[in-house]
Amino acid sequence: MRRGRPDTATGWATGAWPMVMLCVFFVVPFTIMAAISFFHRVEGGFYEPGFEFANYARFFTAFFGEILGFSLFVSGLAAAICVAVGFPFTYLLTRLRRRRQVVWLVFLLSVLSLSEVIIGFSWSILLSRTAGLSNLLVALGLMEQPVSWSPGFVALMLGLCYLAFPYTVLVLYPPLSRLEPQLPEAARTLGASPLRTFFTVVVPALRGAIVATLIMVFVFTLGAYLLPQLLGRPQHWTLSVMITDQAIYQSNLPFAAAMAMFLMLVSLALVGLTYVVGGERRGA
Amino acid sequence: MSARLFRPLFMGLVGLVLLSPLVVVAGVSLNARKRLFFPPDGVSLRWYGELFSDTGWLNAVKNSLAIASLSALVALSVALPLAWFLWRYRVRYARALFGLGVAPFILPPVITALGFLSFWATIGMYGQMAAVIVSHGIFFVTLPLVTVSLGLESIDVEVVEAAESLGAREGMMFRTIVLPLVRPYMLSGYAFAFVLSLNEYIVAYMVAGFTVETLPIKIFNSLRYGYTPVMAVVAVLFVLLAMVIFGLLARFGDLPRLLGAWLPEDR
Repeated sequence: MRRGRPDTATGWATGAWPMVMLCVFFVVPFTIMAAISFFHRVEGGFYEPGFEFANYARFFTAFFGEILGFSLFVSGLAAAICVAVGFPFTYLLTRLRRRRQVVWLVFLLSVLSLSEVIIGFSWSILLSRTAGLSNLLVALGLMEQPVSWSPGFVALMLGLCYLAFPYTVLVLYPPLSRLEPQLPEAARTLGASPLRTFFTVVVPALRGAIVATLIMVFVFTLGAYLLPQLLGRPQHWTLSVMITDQAIYQSNLPFAAAMAMFLMLVSLALVGLTYVVGGERRGA
Repeated sequence: MSARLFRPLFMGLVGLVLLSPLVVVAGVSLNARKRLFFPPDGVSLRWYGELFSDTGWLNAVKNSLAIASLSALVALSVALPLAWFLWRYRVRYARALFGLGVAPFILPPVITALGFLSFWATIGMYGQMAAVIVSHGIFFVTLPLVTVSLGLESIDVEVVEAAESLGAREGMMFRTIVLPLVRPYMLSGYAFAFVLSLNEYIVAYMVAGFTVETLPIKIFNSLRYGYTPVMAVVAVLFVLLAMVIFGLLARFGDLPRLLGAWLPEDR
């Protein structure tokens, strides 16, 4: 099959439809949002065309700086936990028999597809006083009386990790399953313990994938919007919550757009970084 | 600890943590009374009935199903020609085009959602269901794009060349060779987009949250006014539906390959 530039009208037409759709409904919306971020806000929820940096300037106040710092901290911690647990987990997963792998993958995909609403709701029940885990601990005699663990920072972190863990595993799955089985086997033959093999052979061989995954999971949790509201207290609200709050409840679309633009630049820079460290082409 | 013991212990523990909120929610959904309680005091299916008899919840079910099924179709209709175009032809901007197709999925969703909000508000379609369908279609275009591209890559180029040398034209080649071979990948891309659209909150909320209530929006709105076991019912049904759909995908397709693995044949 010769692969060159399209030479027929139908060839161009097949490419035109998706290009038009993506431009109209993805590039144009982003352009409008970028424009609005420079617009001037008028009291009462409207905005008028303009070109000013007021929305960006407001963002650099102590209040929003603190929110940004907290958002980055929360996402960083969640990403670190997810990769620390997810990497050995995925390694073990890829060494399982195929049939078992498939069962795990179906389960992980099902959890991954769950709405943040449902995850937040489920964890708030699991950590609640009347229906939660503490009842079990009381029944086992480990606690005096049931307590409520939600909302709080720990609850938020549990929810975020729950949200991001299946994603972490599925991002790590392609590079780990492509790891030559001979590599750890050789280390084992030479007398290394499984633990030593894991840390001295498997982890270094996939250093790039680990860093790339950390960044991907970081960006993924940065987008969490409902969990901070469902499992955290108001001081745990992240940038994503603030953007929505400004757009919908404060009717300040220009300011929300400015924050979204900032978040997008951060995310794009980080995703770009994964290509630098990853170096290799990633699969699905 | 020996390695033989470590693997089932570690994986079992992770599985337990992943499963526990779902178990509690399933238990809560069976409560006979309206109180939030686990283990359930008295088992009943009345809240399952309520989901399908209460007009508010029923309406949310209908909205969610309509949006998910149609938006997955939109996603596929954009992804299929795009994947085909990128596979069949060599153009300089191919990487940029593919990047555009996966960008909605990689960026934090709140950004895409706000982009959609600005767009629909500007053209005056804010709050309409059609706007949600198109938004979800674009938002989830990545999934069928990745699966269909994977399917195209698995086609033996020699088969296509043979057809070409026998005089098959573009359209005929697509219909008789390419389409049958990528159909399973189209189906899985559709299924992924469908399930994720069903669960999606922020885009739907920003585009039409106050007029078109989907199930996730309905749950979140109801949470503000208190608790009803119907929420747990929805959660249970969503988990089961996802498991059935992904289970079917695994049954009739090659799930590890679809997720990017190259497995040695002997596993």
